[in-house]
Amino acid sequence: MQKFIIKRLIQSIVILFFVAFIIYAIIRCLPTSFVEAMARQKSMQPGSKSYQEWLDQLNQMYGLDGGIIPGFFHWLGRAVRLDFGDSWKWTVPVVDKFKDVIWISFIMGAVSFFFETIIAIPLGIISATKQYSKTDYAVSVIALAGISLPTFFFASLLKLVFAVKLGWFELGGLVGRSYQQLSPVGQFFDKAHHLVLPIVTLVVLNMGSLMRYTRTNMLEVLNADYIRTARAKGLSEHKVIYYHAFRNTLIPLVTIIGGSLPGLFSGALITETLYSISGIGFVSYTSMVSGDIPFFMFYTVFLAVLTLLGNLIADILYAVVDPRVRVS
Amino acid sequence: MAKKENTAPVNNNDTEYSLNDDRRVRVLSPGMLVAKRFLRNRLAVTGMIILIAMFIFSFIGGLISPYKQDQKFYRTDVQIKDYAGVIFNQEFRYTVADKEVYDGLAQANTVLALQRNETSFESDGTNFTIEKIDDITYTISADGKVVAITSKDVVSSSTSNDYFDFDFTYAALMATANGEKSFECEGKTYTVDKDNSIFDESGEEYAYVSQYIVRAVMGDVFLSRDFKNKLIDAVEAKEKSFVYTDEEGNEAEYILSFDASKNQWDIKQETDTTIFDTYSRPSKKHWLGTDRNGMDMLTRLMYGGRVSLIIGFIVVFIESFIGVIFGGISGYFGGKVDNLMMRIVDVFYCIPSMPIIIIIGAAMDAANLDASKRMLMLMIVLGLTGWPGIARLVRGQILSLREQEFMTATEACGISIPRRIFKHLVPNVMPQLIVSMTMGLGTTIIIEATLSFLGLGVRFPFASWGNIINDVNNVFVLTHYWNIWIPAGVLLLLTVLAFNIVGDGLRDAFDPKMKR
Repeated sequence: MQKFIIKRLIQSIVILFFVAFIIYAIIRCLPTSFVEAMARQKSMQPGSKSYQEWLDQLNQMYGLDGGIIPGFFHWLGRAVRLDFGDSWKWTVPVVDKFKDVIWISFIMGAVSFFFETIIAIPLGIISATKQYSKTDYAVSVIALAGISLPTFFFASLLKLVFAVKLGWFELGGLVGRSYQQLSPVGQFFDKAHHLVLPIVTLVVLNMGSLMRYTRTNMLEVLNADYIRTARAKGLSEHKVIYYHAFRNTLIPLVTIIGGSLPGLFSGALITETLYSISGIGFVSYTSMVSGDIPFFMFYTVFLAVLTLLGNLIADILYAVVDPRVRVS
Repeated sequence: MAKKENTAPVNNNDTEYSLNDDRRVRVLSPGMLVAKRFLRNRLAVTGMIILIAMFIFSFIGGLISPYKQDQKFYRTDVQIKDYAGVIFNQEFRYTVADKEVYDGLAQANTVLALQRNETSFESDGTNFTIEKIDDITYTISADGKVVAITSKDVVSSSTSNDYFDFDFTYAALMATANGEKSFECEGKTYTVDKDNSIFDESGEEYAYVSQYIVRAVMGDVFLSRDFKNKLIDAVEAKEKSFVYTDEEGNEAEYILSFDASKNQWDIKQETDTTIFDTYSRPSKKHWLGTDRNGMDMLTRLMYGGRVSLIIGFIVVFIESFIGVIFGGISGYFGGKVDNLMMRIVDVFYCIPSMPIIIIIGAAMDAANLDASKRMLMLMIVLGLTGWPGIARLVRGQILSLREQEFMTATEACGISIPRRIFKHLVPNVMPQLIVSMTMGLGTTIIIEATLSFLGLGVRFPFASWGNIINDVNNVFVLTHYWNIWIPAGVLLLLTVLAFNIVGDGLRDAFDPKMKR
């Protein structure tokens, strides 16, 4: 087990190395005039560094004056020490900005993930046990509609109904106008109130795939021989499904849920942008749209780390949960 | 369908065939079995119908629609525009003789002298004398020579917007102030009537003297004397509006308002102006109204569907092309080659497409590249980041397929390796590939629409369902113009949903283990 984990870990690091290299190469492929234009534009901002200072900083940071490979190692050398340079957009170190905004994204992700799980898994199981019934069709259509709904359209609909027509929520933002005057408890509820619509959006859009996944796996288990045996023994249907079948469905479910845990930190780029909640998704979107290369480098590497971590956790969990895997 | 002809009508011809005759059995090819299973799935058939409708709507609809994708529509609207201004002059206006020195300081000193009722003053070392002509007209002389005339009356031309020179102004003002009936200037004789209108020798009205100044707002508009007189009458009567009929019989209404800050009456006219027909309501001419650029919404939707579908197909084609080659080679060779190639797949799997598109988009913005280049970039980036999923699928299938007997047979026949992979292995992966491509189409269309919505994908002048919905960023459109964004969203949802349902139905249909 230990050997397996170490092997996978080393593999992940090697993959990360190449991912970072490709991302660096993409940046180097951007026309240099763009970098110069950006530096010039940034230097125009009030209280900013001078044009030459920005340019020097970029060259120093990314080794832009050298070749691609030495430049990459130059950047990597600083990146492993978590020095990703100053963001062009926010004029603070990228890592500082990241620390400011990551928690709201995580809270949003975690709450919506919790609701997704408790809604999707029971529905998926019900739909599998009553295959081809009306319930199954309804659940399938809801799940597929959730997968097919474009985030921005669904968010616009929610805004129209709940923010504009009913006036229950606000159109966007994380805090209300009177936030500063509220007590700490009031501030908490103010933020929670603003997070309702984004979380609903995330839950509806993301639960579909988990629902489908649960259904497929439950169906597979229900067709297995040991379920037939259990039924032949004369066990009640309830016991067959929730004792024998469900426990076996848990193997793939635990794996996929464990694997998606790191993704909670990745932030919801589109949803946060639509509701203007300054989590990591919205912040990186605004910085990248204005051509903030340091932030882009950081965010892409960060996303790659999360993906690799997710795969790693899924693999390890699979080995832990399913005894059959451990042998090999 | 060709197979069906072999199937004899069993009921009628029972007697003709022996019991073990093959013709008694309905023979169906595997493809037909799949089609049969697919058609039995009502949900999947509905999805298929929606898709066909969508294709007809986007590809044929654009041809039928009477409008073009970027045809703009106009409407006329009544707008109130400033037409003229009327000032009752309360200040002394100075007209200075040619080549004489009478500057601003001297003017100021003149005013001071007039207030003190003095008849002479000194300014900048020169002595000036003021001579009163009437209550509102004075002449200023230096060394016995008139250098300027000042008056609250203004001499205006009756035939043009031009101003007169000093000699004429002086002569005209002197004549009106002294109540003379005629005066001479530069060898010509002019007559003055009781309204202070000045006529030249031919009897035509040439100029007039009045305390009212009427000027048109637009420099190229000339106001006739008749119009000015009626306007002044209306101003004096403190009317809110007046109607004027010109010589050609055109009637126009003017609205009068007094602007205290400028001490002036503003004359406004209602005119018909042609403007873009933006955000019009659904009508017979435009079934879904028009968008913010005054383009027909329905036509935009048709062309938008075309763009969304074409982009979807191209991206999925790129993905599958790379994925099949990569997965096929990796799966066939297995072992070390497979291990290495799969690590490459892992690397590409980790590269997020969204940030890359955003940052390249920002660089393209800086370089001012046009919309079609952006569309190309979008397809390439989506294609290049989307293939790892397909490569993994193909590789997984081929890994198990290559152990089967038919592969031993191909080896025994001495068929070349590329042929073995792409002629014998890949076709066996086709069912799974088709399913994943169908689902992939839906996903790609959503990603494209999302990017276009954010302004990073397809851009104006091209239409895309995503950039049509982009208008909801304007809260006023979100709340008041449902006809702008709801149809595009519904079409998008239906299309993606249909692709997913059909993909799902195909998966079930391809799976021979499926129990119905």
